[in-house]
Amino acid sequence: MQPGGPGIPQCNARSPTLFTINTWLVCSLLANIFVAIIFPFCKRVPLRYQMKVKVIARNPDDYVRETKLDIQRVPRNYDPSLHPFEVSREYTRALNATKLERVFAKPFVASLDGHRDGVNCMAKHAKSLSTLLSGSCDGEVKVWNLSKHECVRTLQAHEGFVRGMVVRYCGTSFFTVGDDKTIKQWKMESPGYGEEEEPINTILGKTVYTGLDHHQNDPVFATCGQQVDIWDEQRSSPIRSFTWGVDSFSSVHFNPVETELLASCASDRSIVLYDMRESTPLKKVIMTMRSNTLSWNPMEAYYFTCANEDYNLYTYDMRYLAKPITVHMDHVSAVLDVDYAPTGKEFVSASFDKTIRIFAKDGGHSREVYHTKRMQHVICIKWSADNKYILSGSDEMNIRLWKANAAEKLGVLAPREREAANYSQKLKEKFQHHPQIRRIARHRHLPKTIYHQTKELRVMKEARRRKERNVRKHSKPGSVPVVSEKEKHVVTVVK
Amino acid sequence: MAKVSKKKASKKKTRSGGAEQSNEGHPDVIYDDEKEEDATDDDVTVEDEDGYDERKRQKLLEAIGTLSGKRKKTLGERSEAAVHMSEFTVNAEGEGDKVDLSDLIGSMKTTPGLSGKSKKRLKNLEQSRKTIECPLSKQESERIRRDLAFQKVSKEVSHWKSVIRQNERAEQLVFPLNQEHSGPKPIERVVMDWKAQTPLEQEVFTLLSANKQPINDPILTPTEEASMKAMSLEEAKVRRAELQKARALQSYYEAKARRQRKIKSKKYHKVLNKAKSKDFQKQFDEMVKRDPAAALEELNKMEMARMQERMSLKHQNSSKWARSKAIMAKYDEGARKAIQQQLEVNKDLTQKLVTSLNKEEEETMEEEGNADVVPDFVNDAEQGLDFSNPWMTGKLSQDCVEKETSNAVTIRAEENVAEEEEVEETEEEVLLREFDNRRKRRQAQEADAPVMLMEEEEEEEENKDASDKEEEELSEFTSLFKGLAEGCGEADTAAELEKELKIRCQEDEELLTQGKEAEEEEATDKGPVVPQHPPATENTQKTGKSRKRRKGIELKQVLTKGAQVLQVPFAPTIEDAEDSEEKLDQRGLIKEAFAGDDIISDFLKEKRKQEDAGKPKAVDLTLPGWGEWGGGGLQPSCRKRRKFRRKMTPPTPRKDQHLPGVIISEKRSSSIRLHQVNALPFPFESPSVFENTIRSALGRTWNTERTVKKVTKPKVVTKLGAIIEPMTREELVKDKNGASAGTSSSVKRKP
Repeated sequence: MQPGGPGIPQCNARSPTLFTINTWLVCSLLANIFVAIIFPFCKRVPLRYQMKVKVIARNPDDYVRETKLDIQRVPRNYDPSLHPFEVSREYTRALNATKLERVFAKPFVASLDGHRDGVNCMAKHAKSLSTLLSGSCDGEVKVWNLSKHECVRTLQAHEGFVRGMVVRYCGTSFFTVGDDKTIKQWKMESPGYGEEEEPINTILGKTVYTGLDHHQNDPVFATCGQQVDIWDEQRSSPIRSFTWGVDSFSSVHFNPVETELLASCASDRSIVLYDMRESTPLKKVIMTMRSNTLSWNPMEAYYFTCANEDYNLYTYDMRYLAKPITVHMDHVSAVLDVDYAPTGKEFVSASFDKTIRIFAKDGGHSREVYHTKRMQHVICIKWSADNKYILSGSDEMNIRLWKANAAEKLGVLAPREREAANYSQKLKEKFQHHPQIRRIARHRHLPKTIYHQTKELRVMKEARRRKERNVRKHSKPGSVPVVSEKEKHVVTVVK
Repeated sequence: MAKVSKKKASKKKTRSGGAEQSNEGHPDVIYDDEKEEDATDDDVTVEDEDGYDERKRQKLLEAIGTLSGKRKKTLGERSEAAVHMSEFTVNAEGEGDKVDLSDLIGSMKTTPGLSGKSKKRLKNLEQSRKTIECPLSKQESERIRRDLAFQKVSKEVSHWKSVIRQNERAEQLVFPLNQEHSGPKPIERVVMDWKAQTPLEQEVFTLLSANKQPINDPILTPTEEASMKAMSLEEAKVRRAELQKARALQSYYEAKARRQRKIKSKKYHKVLNKAKSKDFQKQFDEMVKRDPAAALEELNKMEMARMQERMSLKHQNSSKWARSKAIMAKYDEGARKAIQQQLEVNKDLTQKLVTSLNKEEEETMEEEGNADVVPDFVNDAEQGLDFSNPWMTGKLSQDCVEKETSNAVTIRAEENVAEEEEVEETEEEVLLREFDNRRKRRQAQEADAPVMLMEEEEEEEENKDASDKEEEELSEFTSLFKGLAEGCGEADTAAELEKELKIRCQEDEELLTQGKEAEEEEATDKGPVVPQHPPATENTQKTGKSRKRRKGIELKQVLTKGAQVLQVPFAPTIEDAEDSEEKLDQRGLIKEAFAGDDIISDFLKEKRKQEDAGKPKAVDLTLPGWGEWGGGGLQPSCRKRRKFRRKMTPPTPRKDQHLPGVIISEKRSSSIRLHQVNALPFPFESPSVFENTIRSALGRTWNTERTVKKVTKPKVVTKLGAIIEPMTREELVKDKNGASAGTSSSVKRKP
């Protein structure tokens, strides 16, 4: 017997017993009423049984919408006994949400092509979200309109590589450094008709500059090469240079919060901290392998993350350099670039292994990996200032635009849509530890090489661990100390 | 690579002069570059591959110069002007030379204007044999300087700790920070953009704000505004009191009107109408005297009504109701009367006479005219007739209470309003109350009816004190009655229950089907017995006791109750059998619908099976042939078998031991295990906390809209298309202010 019979017409037709019962019931009821009405005088039916039919009346305001655009009002009863199995029902919802997230995870938005050599550096516009600057290995700089996916300006900035690029905090001009030992300042607008593409200012240096960064709100910028120089925009010579007995630096970055602080990565495997106001560097930490670049957390003044050659990223607290806060593992080749999300909650890294990975700021492993068949070694990466997109520049001359959240719907969400998204997000979070849900949420398709390399690395790591364990087992207790993963990668801290 | 760098280093060395010379004294400085140390030695090895004599000579000279220790400023091959030349192109004479102390002292002797005191001091200095301590090496001093700078910076940076921690703990972060809230701004704030900058201005500003003086002349000063507000409060209180009173009056009036409208009595309405018409007549007479024009108008209105009536033929015999009544009229006295009445009304209306204006009410009266024959209580809920109907049972007491309260309310209301409405309190009011009372009494009697049979003495008493005690007793009776109804329901199942219990207690296993049959037999035997003792005749106390006795196994009844449905006759009032047959109750219907399947017994069987499966079986460890003859067809002896029979310990009692309607499987199911969390996830400290988070539902099926919104708030909110700037120092200041004062100051501090 189907309990919901009367509500479903097909059911009614197919199950004659139910139908007959219902009609019979109704008939008998009607007959009673009818008899009572028609033959009130009849002695057979006592008068007591006359019925007055009371109709249940409802106020239309309770259930009629004012306009058809309104949502149907659904009166609800929250009595828990009426809604049993909440955990299992929510679990199912969470599972569905997770699956749908995977279905809708299409992070790739667009590819910007136009460069004639590998993209070596990129810069975000300080005031405009839709503008991106990129410099390539042939010295060309392009300005892109991201919303239209097109190049709006091209200029031959340098001979050789464009090593570094940065937009001034006001967004009216930008600086480039190149292999031709020059620092050039350019206007942001393209030159008018008939005008030549010329830099506002050119500084001839002695050595090659490999990196460049601008102060957050002062007309001061820093370059690195043989040494770290602090420049005033108005002067042709550096106002300060820092050396600490090393040969070359690969990148320098201003702290966006404590704006007088800088950090640079040197080729002697060290990361050096500076204060612009002091005449000497502050401190340096030497790691087992070289760091390529670093990025400061824009919301948390003393944290920075460096991208290392040993496939890992390290997040440091600048006050305690002896041990990184977190070691971010997952790449299978050298990490070339890193950039923090403007919210400071996550960062993105680009690697020589042709993938982009997104890490939580305190997550040991990546939450997301992006790759495409045609993307080669990713050299530079940026997280857009509205926290929505990721831009990657790679060896094969393309700039790619990705979504920061792969399954997120772009554009304006209707309030109900947003609520639904929030709810499913919370469900996913709530049930994230359940094995079936975790399995689906974590599943990513990887290129074969990377997949196998990951496995190989795991095996190697396990072997090393086993060996160490064995050595420890067969030597005097205490003679082979346990070194944690975090401590392993720091050689020394130099005061 | 190393060689090249060394050369570079050496070149640098030669350029920058003898400052490095001091390095050689400290070859084992750990923290600095060791490459510089052996630079000078390396430099002596002269490159002889140079073709040009000129350059060779130059080099040689250079080398000689370095050997002799005399330092001359030499320029390298390639140089940048900016580094070595001063920006202002001023070059001091003898820049490269070192100044000795003796030179200075020598000049002292020649200078005339020097005091003797300083001369003496210098002499002492010359004569003293003590050597001054050697200054710290450059590396070491730099290291100290670095350390100090680092400490300073790290201290400075640590100020951010609280902000960072706060943001980490925040339930929701909204980016960009420092968002200007959208929407219109008050003009004052726009004007307020001006800031006090000079110290004088600031001082004035602080003075003004301290004394609550206006800063950019608004209409009222803050103190004035405050006083305004204080005044308005009292006013508001008065106003609110007025409003409250008005609202109360209105609600009383409404309640009264509602009550009047609900009264079904014809007589009441007749009286009411008569009073109204009388009233109207009086008014009309007065009006004729006072205001003839208005009276004329009223007259016109009446005339119009009459005309309308004539045109519409409303009270003729043509209406649907009238026709139906006409058919009945042959047999029914009431119908005939009703028609007569209507015709009379018609006559009245069509006559050119001033009659009562409220035709409608009369009409309704007429319509219900036939009902006069039938007493009102037919429409009331029938008490104690139908137990199977949940709408019927327990209604009386509730109704009664409600009526009580409403009555009380109205009475109180009347008392309250009495002063204002005394004029209106006329005979109708009295009538109203009378009707209410009568109605209540009638209900009470009805409810009593079945109980009367069993408690006659009480009834007598009841008759004596009719109105006073009625209410209480009514409620009592209804509660008793409910108990009875339950008892009745239980009575028919009691037998089977006992049987059931017996079955459970028996150690030996009976075949379930047999038991079932027995049950059924038992039930059928008992079945007809039950109606012989209609619920009304049973002693209430007895049932109460029996209920108590059965309390322990009450849950089980729930199960067995459904298995068998006995028709409980609605005892005394039903007159004809046909009628009751026709009215097949809900339970019967369900029974018929589910005639085929015996779900409950199936369930019981399954449960029994599960219980058996859970019980450990005795293990027979007998080895045939050991200690006695063995072989085909030979059984080990009984004694031996008994000896080697191992009884297992009884298992822990099942969880569903006392839950008849439930089977709790305590087995670990592999299919479910796939979906279960097998280790406590990281941030959680204890399993119970984790379980709690899982157990609390988030969705709108279980929570109100507001809760859902609160619970599903995203952790990070960003604005679409807005650039999120890095944190600025203002945040730090804000945080500090918030921590120290707890209130945000209106004047912005500069970072």
